[in-house]
Amino acid sequence: MRCEFADSLLQSYFDRELSSSSAAEFERHLQRCVYCPVELVDMDMLSERLQFAQLYEAAPASLRKKIRANLRPVAAATATSQPLLWHWLAAAAALLLIVIAGWRVNSVVRTDDYQAELAEEIVDAHVLSLQSGHLTGISSNDEQAVKGWFKGRVKSAPPARDFATEGFALQGGRLDVVDERSVAVLVYASTGHLINVFVWPTQGRDTSPQVGSRQGYQWVDWRKGRIEFCAVSDAPTSDLQQLQRLFTN
Amino acid sequence: MSDLDAEDRLRFEQLVLPHLDAAFSLARWLLRKREDAEEVAQEALLRACRFFRGFHGGDARAWLLQIVRNTCYSWLEKNRPRELMVEFNEELHPQAVATPESMAIANEDRERLSRALESLPPRFREVLVLRELEGCSYKEIAAITSIPIGTVMSSLSRARRQLSSVLTSSYHKEAVREV
Repeated sequence: MRCEFADSLLQSYFDRELSSSSAAEFERHLQRCVYCPVELVDMDMLSERLQFAQLYEAAPASLRKKIRANLRPVAAATATSQPLLWHWLAAAAALLLIVIAGWRVNSVVRTDDYQAELAEEIVDAHVLSLQSGHLTGISSNDEQAVKGWFKGRVKSAPPARDFATEGFALQGGRLDVVDERSVAVLVYASTGHLINVFVWPTQGRDTSPQVGSRQGYQWVDWRKGRIEFCAVSDAPTSDLQQLQRLFTN
Repeated sequence: MSDLDAEDRLRFEQLVLPHLDAAFSLARWLLRKREDAEEVAQEALLRACRFFRGFHGGDARAWLLQIVRNTCYSWLEKNRPRELMVEFNEELHPQAVATPESMAIANEDRERLSRALESLPPRFREVLVLRELEGCSYKEIAAITSIPIGTVMSSLSRARRQLSSVLTSSYHKEAVREV
């Protein structure tokens, strides 16, 4: 048996699509109705089951490769085309940036899947740092002081640079764990947003920035001079790329 | 694809490519086969790229999913027209799945859910996938599928009930078999 009267409201209520006043009204109906509460529980169980079964299927690496290959017949086009982009990108948002440097993360050869996994881990570390309030081991905007703090803690100090005049102010640094290894983290700040950039030594060649997003956080990953960087934030990707350019130039 | 200039190509990479997983997942559930999904998702991305100049801001995910969905439907029309006509696919009606005992319960349930989901008509499958797996709002689903919000709601309601009843009947079959 079902309550036909409330059918569409029941769905909207369950999916949190009702306005607060309509939701309150529907809750009054729930107190009287014998069918709706049962159906709500059923829907909730079904939804939970769908989530738990992990039915979401990520795109295979082969598809990603094919699309990238289609998109960039000449891989070398990237470096020269980037400056054009910055003309129209909004330069407004000010940022808080964290650079996490994982000096020992192995990344000589890796697949897109590996990168996606790594980005996932880095996003999680970013979120955790926000939740725990453990943002910096050293709190300073002094490049030398931050570099000095990392000496002895990681094999070689990450390139701590203050970009305050460009809108990315150095806040400090800390250590974090990525890929089961202890890594260094640099923290930058500006208004409104928070960015994590993970940095670690790599044997790989320089790469143009790769971008992605996960759970509302954006990441940009690039390699330059045997160092890999991965910036993470809730700020727009364009801001992360602006920062990437500051590091690269 | 390469007729985009460098600036547009970068915009495309930043705005659209992050939603490739969502695009593939929707295609996979609409077409039920990974190989087909890969082919159609690629075609959809090519199409998205071709018309990217026409995209001015807005929700890139909804925009891409709309293209993916339409590409899937036209592919189905061409290759498996019957699927679009049936209200409920008896052939796909889930049977109790024989899984090795060692297989985790979660895997078993995943298999059962996959089959149940695949047995729903595509129109029901898509609203469920968009809502439950992709986390889209009713408004986004309406934009992606070009159906009114009221219809989104009633489709979701029917889809959920049908999925539940398919799952229940597959349990019953299994129970009978065990007896």
